[in-house]
Order: sequence, then C-alpha cells, then structure tokens
Amino acid sequence: MATHNINVTVNGEAHAAAVDSRLLLVHLIRDDLALTGTHIGCDTTHCGACTVLMDGVPVKSCTVLAVQADGAEIGTVEGLAGADGMTPLQEGFQEEHGLQCGFCTPGMLMTGTALLESNPNPSEAEIREAISGNLCRCTGYVNIVKAVEYAAAKTGEGD
Amino acid sequence: MAPRTSAKICGMGHSMKRKEDPRFLQGKGNYIDDFTLPGMLWLDIVRSPIAYGKIKNIDSSKALEIPGVLAVLTGKDLEAYGLHWMPTLMSDTQMVLPTDTVMYQAQEVAGVIATSRYAAADGVAAVEVDYEPLKPVIDPFKALEDDAPVLRTDKEGKTDNHIWHWEAGDKEATDRIFEEADVVVREKMHVPRIHVASIETCGCLADFNPVEGHLTVYMTTQAPHAIRTVLALVAGHVGLSEEKIRVVSPDIGGGFGGKVPVYPGYVVAIAASVVLGKPVKWIEDRMENLQADSFARDYHMDAEIAANADGKIRALRIKTIADHGYSDAQAAPSKWPAGLFSICTGSYDMEQAYAEVDAVYTNKPPGGVAYRCSFRVTEAVHCMERVVDTLAHKVGKDPAQLREENFIPKEAFPYQSPLGWEYDSGDYQAAMDKAKEMIGYDELRAEQAEKRARGELMGIGVCSFTEVLGAGPSKDFDILGIKMFDSAEVRVHPTGKAIARFGTKSQGQGHETTYAQIIAEELGLPAAHVQVEEGDTDTAPYGLGTYASRSTPTAGAAGAMAARQIRDKAAKIAAHLLEVSEEDLDWEPGTFSVKGAPDKSVSIQDCAFAAYTNMPPGMEPGLEATNYYDPPNLTFPFGTYICVVDIDRGTGEVTVRRFVAVDDCGNIINPMIVQGQIHGGLTQGIGPALYEEIPYDEDGNNLAGSFMDYLVPTAVETPAWETGHTVTPSPHHPLGAKGVGESATVGAPPAIANAVVDALAHLGVTHVEIPIRPDRVWEILREKGVAE
Repeated sequence: MATHNINVTVNGEAHAAAVDSRLLLVHLIRDDLALTGTHIGCDTTHCGACTVLMDGVPVKSCTVLAVQADGAEIGTVEGLAGADGMTPLQEGFQEEHGLQCGFCTPGMLMTGTALLESNPNPSEAEIREAISGNLCRCTGYVNIVKAVEYAAAKTGEGD
Repeated sequence: MAPRTSAKICGMGHSMKRKEDPRFLQGKGNYIDDFTLPGMLWLDIVRSPIAYGKIKNIDSSKALEIPGVLAVLTGKDLEAYGLHWMPTLMSDTQMVLPTDTVMYQAQEVAGVIATSRYAAADGVAAVEVDYEPLKPVIDPFKALEDDAPVLRTDKEGKTDNHIWHWEAGDKEATDRIFEEADVVVREKMHVPRIHVASIETCGCLADFNPVEGHLTVYMTTQAPHAIRTVLALVAGHVGLSEEKIRVVSPDIGGGFGGKVPVYPGYVVAIAASVVLGKPVKWIEDRMENLQADSFARDYHMDAEIAANADGKIRALRIKTIADHGYSDAQAAPSKWPAGLFSICTGSYDMEQAYAEVDAVYTNKPPGGVAYRCSFRVTEAVHCMERVVDTLAHKVGKDPAQLREENFIPKEAFPYQSPLGWEYDSGDYQAAMDKAKEMIGYDELRAEQAEKRARGELMGIGVCSFTEVLGAGPSKDFDILGIKMFDSAEVRVHPTGKAIARFGTKSQGQGHETTYAQIIAEELGLPAAHVQVEEGDTDTAPYGLGTYASRSTPTAGAAGAMAARQIRDKAAKIAAHLLEVSEEDLDWEPGTFSVKGAPDKSVSIQDCAFAAYTNMPPGMEPGLEATNYYDPPNLTFPFGTYICVVDIDRGTGEVTVRRFVAVDDCGNIINPMIVQGQIHGGLTQGIGPALYEEIPYDEDGNNLAGSFMDYLVPTAVETPAWETGHTVTPSPHHPLGAKGVGESATVGAPPAIANAVVDALAHLGVTHVEIPIRPDRVWEILREKGVAE
C-alpha cells in the first residue's frame, strides 16, 4: 500500500505525517494525533459524531481520507476553548443542558460552530436543519437548539 | 417544591449545571475507544453471512499471512478452555464462538488479533469460512408449530423451540368476567424488534498481566460489579479469580440497556489478552452493533378488555409470544422471565386480569434487553394504552374521559393491582388535568372536527401510563442470584470536602451532579464540593448498576442513608464542640446550632475537621459511611402524554405537531436533568412509534443493519417537546423520589399511535402497527379511499 507524506494543520498546529492511502481522517486525528475528542459512531456517515471542520467547512471525518486533508486546516473540539475559556456555544450547551452522555457533543459543537459562522442568528428551523446530519440519542435536540440560540444571543450582545 | 437548601449548597430541587459537562464539551471525556495501552493489539470479528448453518471449515491461513495479523481465534480454540459457551443473565446459554453451527446472521465466528485496526480488518476479510446453509426459522409462530425444526440441538432432550411459559393473574376469574361482560374489545399488536442504537457502540480493552495473573477490563458496561462476578464465575477454572479482576467502566456514550449484557466480543478480547499476554482492544462498528447485539422488544400481543356498556373496565386478558432469537439473553431479574410485564393493568382499576407470555427460539440474535425500560414495561404499556383507546372508540367515549372514569383514584393508594403490585403513590387525574390544560384539549377536539369536515386528517393521542421501576426489593429481585440492592460510600475529608462512590454507572444521566446534590441535601455540604465516582470495581462499593431507572431509587437512596449516618455522627461532634447535649441541637442544612441560641453554631465543615483533629473522647476518628440499600418496594411514577398529529393524505407521512408530556416522578433532585431525561425518552419514543424497526426477511437477513436503514430520529423530525410535572412523592423512598429515565420512552409510542388511529377512527380504523411508516398509513388511506 502506498504511503503519502501529508501536511495538515490541526487546531493551528502544523503536523507532517506519512499515511497509508486508505487511512481515514478520523483515525489520523484520533490515533496518530491523539485528539480523542472526535468520536466515531457509525460506518455510513449518518451519525456525525466525527464531524470536524476542514477549512472551516464541517465534514464527517470518517468519510474523508487523511490524504484528502493534505494542506488543509482542520478544526476539532479540542481547538474550541481558548485562554478565555469555553466558546459561547460550548457555554450554551452547559447552560441549556444540551448534552447528556457527551458522545455526539463534539460533532454537534463543530456543526454548530460552522452554522454560527455563516449564519450568526439562525432560526429554530435553520438550526434543526443544520444539525440534522448529527444524531443525538440522549437529548431530544430541544436543548441543543437552545444551546445554539444561547450562543447566537451571547455573541450578538458582544457586537 | 422550593428547594430546602441555598443555591450555594445546591441540594435537591436546584437545576445545578452538570459537573461532567466541561470535560465532554472540550473533548476530554474518556470513552472506551479513547484508551490506549503500550503494546496494545486489536481484535476484529469474522461474522456469519447466513442466519443458520453448519460450519464445515475455517481456514485462517491467508489471514495469518497478512503483515500485522498475529492470531485467529475460533470456537475450537476456546473449547480447549471450556470457554466456547457462556451463560446468559437468564441462565440460558449462548455461544462465545461456534464450534460447528451458526444460529443468526452476523454471529461471531472467529476473532482476528492484529497490531492495528486496519490489519485486523484485513484479517477478517481474509478468513475463509465454509458454511452449509440450513433453512432458518424466523417467524416465532412458525417456530412453535409441531413440524418446526428444533433449533437448540445443543440442549439435551429439547424437542421444540419453546423456551418458557409465564403467567400472572387469576385465569378462571378473568375468563368468567369476559363471558358475562357487556362489551369486549380486542387488538392484536406487535411491538417490533428495535435497537438502543446508542451513538457509542460497545467495546472493551482487556489487559491481562501474566506475571501477576491480574486482569483489567475497561469496558462499556452499565453493571461493572456484576460483570466482574460473572467473569470470575465463568472463567474461574482458567485461573481468573475475582480479587484479580478489575472492571472499569469509563465514560459511556449512551447505554439504554444495551450495555448490560456480556457480548461475545468482550469475552474473545479477554481470552485473546489472556492467551497472548498483551492488551487487546475490541470496538464494534455500527453494523455489528445493530446486527448482533442488544435488540429489544419483539413481543406479539393479543389483548382484550372486558367492560360494562358505559366503558367501566372490568378485566384485561393478554396472550403474548416473545421472540428471543436463538437464546434467552435478555437482561431481566432471574424470577421475572417476562420482566415486569404484569404492570399491564396500568393506571386503571379493574376486578381481574390475566397475562401470559410464551418465549420462543428463532434464528435471530439473542436478547432482548430492557431498552430504556424496566423490563418489558414498554410492551405492557403500549398494549394496554392501545386497547383502552379501542374500548373508548367502541363505547363512543372520548379517550381522555374514558381513562379518567377508569383511573385508580388517588385515595386508593397504596393500591393493590390485580396482578400483584402494590403501587406506592399516584394522582392520575392531576397529571391528566395538567396535560389537557397545557395542550388545550377541548380546543384541539374542536379543531379536529372542523378539519375532519374539510377532509383533513388530524389526530389527538392520549396515554396515561403507570411505570414500575427501581428494582428492587431483594426478596423478589436478583440477577444470577445477586440481590438487586445498590450502594453508596461517602467519605468527608478534614477540610469539609467529600468523595462519594456508588455501585451504579452513569451513561449520560448526570450522576456526578445529581448524587452530589443528594449528599448536599442531606449534609449541607455544597454539591460542588462532593466528588462522585462510579464504575471502577476496585474502588466503588458493590452494586448492580444503572438500568431500569434504578439509580435514584436504589443508589440515590443509599447515598441519602449514608449521608444521614454521617450527619448523626457529625451531630455528636457538634454537641462536643458546642458543649451541649445532642438533644439541644437544631439542624439546618450545613449548620448545627444550639436551640434557643442560634448564634452558637458550628458548620458541617467544622464537624468534619474535628472528626480528624478534635473528636469527642472515645469516638472513632473519621467521618464516613457506607450504605447498601435494599428498597422495600419499587417506585411507580406515572404521567399523561397528549400529542397532536397531522397526516399527509398524499404520502401517508405522520407529523407530530405538538407533544405535551406531564410526568410525576415524585420529588425531583435536579429539574433540568429530569426534563432532559424526558426529552430524550420522548425522542426514543417517537423513534419506534414512527421510524425504527429491525425486520428480517424469511432467510434471516437483517433488513435494517446500518444507519442507512435503521432510522434514528434527527432534529428535523423531532418536535419541540413540551413538558410539565406534578409531584406525588414516593412514601417509601428516603427522598420521596421515583425513577424517571424511561417513563417517556414507555409513554410516547402509544400516545403517537393513538393519535394516528384517532385521525383515522372515523374511517373505521382501530389499530395501526408501529412503526407507523408512511407506506403503512398510505395503504390504509388507499384502502379507505381517502388517499390523494
């Protein structure tokens, strides 16, 4: 099997890696870079637990090959909180009880982050549509919607 | 109920933000696949493509040529150690790996051990297995026919596919009422095979240390202590001894009952680690998860109600066929093969009832687990709540009114049900009144009449369920003989902070927060200062785990009792510090003061420090307590759910427009978390009501073996749940609390099914099978001539 030398930037940090052609991006992130916040929940790209940002766009990293990420900027859940603490969206998830077991949460956060980036004040229907590729078995989604609304409101206040 | 403690202490009734959230929100959870050990190997599993057949040969040679593949384990290898079969929790038996026959599609056939995930998967693809297919038995009714082939030929003397018969109630007295009753209604219904589909699948990391003879298993289990005991019992003969087994259940990405059983993958990983002397990790993928483990339900029920002409229920009779697949591998208490199905009389007072269940072997995966359900309560409630609606239709009464006229009145509690339960407390009318008011019931009926006149299909569904949970009293409940108590161990440190360990295991329920609130309520220590730990058999006290909504009723009670023991000791210390007698002390959460002189006081923290530095003469130092709580009864939460559906006459699609859930789970520890549990449960109710099912074709092929076909509700289908509650405390629980985790999963499916039937009732429809897929509805619309 061919090996490829790739360069990816993950959460602002540059990494060079030699990867097999078939290595999935999610395994590069989890196993090679030890960023285990990104989860795996299915084999068919339905659950969205593995969602990361690739050049700002949410992708399901279980259906992206690591070689496809060559030259890309990848964002994972570990890169959200900064020196100022958690982002308004992360805060919103805690305030609105938008998580229970926490397994789908990183994917939800990445999808929600991308949504708010492109649409800072989404309607409930827009939020539901945006997260419809991320399955949650615990929360019933109501509080996830509220968490995104919380972040939108809080970010709006700061403007 | 206003909280008794301050926001700083954050005892019961406060919507405390969850302590576990910061790590989950920052990618710092520790789920099973996040664990790595030096030298760790990977297990992947070869599975059967056929539902039934003989294994003629397993050829591992090509797999072993693949770089990184170290070993292929088969049933023959395990047979050498007597580990190719294992007991189920219901004292049936189940193969770990087969030596000669496969019994269901996706059954584990061999384990490939390799140095990476990818090499292990390559090895699986390269193992060549020759099968001789046999004609499988898929339909449980056909499995009971005289000429059906006997599936469990491994069981000596077995001459049919019948597993067991269970019954409850007085058959003759019930039959007599049916003979003389004014009205009898009957519905046959199937609550189909579904799957918990937690977003995290199952897995483990087995680490056997051959020098010490010590085994550590990190695994996705809801019941780590019981699993350790089972491992010691099953593998004692190969040298695994209970004191040398440590089971660690880390953060779990959803359990819902699916992480109670022991699956073959766990055992193969452990066997591989023992054989190779290296850590071995097994993580199943989604297809393996959906196809091979943790199915739930699959009850075929035939239910009848006998009533007076005015709709007063007199008796209930249910005959059930339970499809267990090839082994009775359900996770239920030993003496309860049909679980707590006898809760089927529900919220209604009646003279007699009789329920029977016959369990059957078929060529399907073994089970079924108590999926977010206190052991077959979901099936029982669906059955009763559907057939009650049929009765309302038959006697021409509004379904809410008919329920109200049959409710067990609140004065009748504690209530003895005809099938032997003592319901602890209830006020069913209060929950009904609140639900009707929240949704605007009368207005909706008026709207429905208008729409019906215009040919539009709108339905209103009502469900008034009674749950039974919190197993349970040790006189009745055990798993493999281990009584179903649970435990707490609370230790207060000198500086007034505490650690509390429990025998249960959270899978998202928020125990790290709610248990801390229970300790805070009883001791007055801020919940923020109480660290909660569960899941490590080396450190936590023995308990039976978290499922069947039992954590608050059992371990939560144990936490309260342990905290009270600590408070009693703290009172003696306070009396010593204040130089008064104990009788002269008042207690407010967190503070002892002298009666009549409230400025003379000491805090619980002062007492904690003194317990290590200045204890009364003769007192044992330290401030800690352990409690093993054996509940005197189960708890019986209840509620009324009302929903509104609209049906598209062109497509048959059902849309849940509104859904009001009024729950009563007694006194509430954390309202935010309780509401979250209801939201999640409702979503796991709309799933089986409208979308989810694992069907099989006649060859035993699983037709919903991935998320392509197994339709878990997304944010788009899921309505904006509306919740409310009434509070009727449990009289026997130390905190007046009841369980809550599964109420909504139990109550939602019949509410939705009843709404759909209600929308079609004027067309003569009395029943629709779940899941109520668009094609099912459209067929009815076409048949009735109203499809567009």
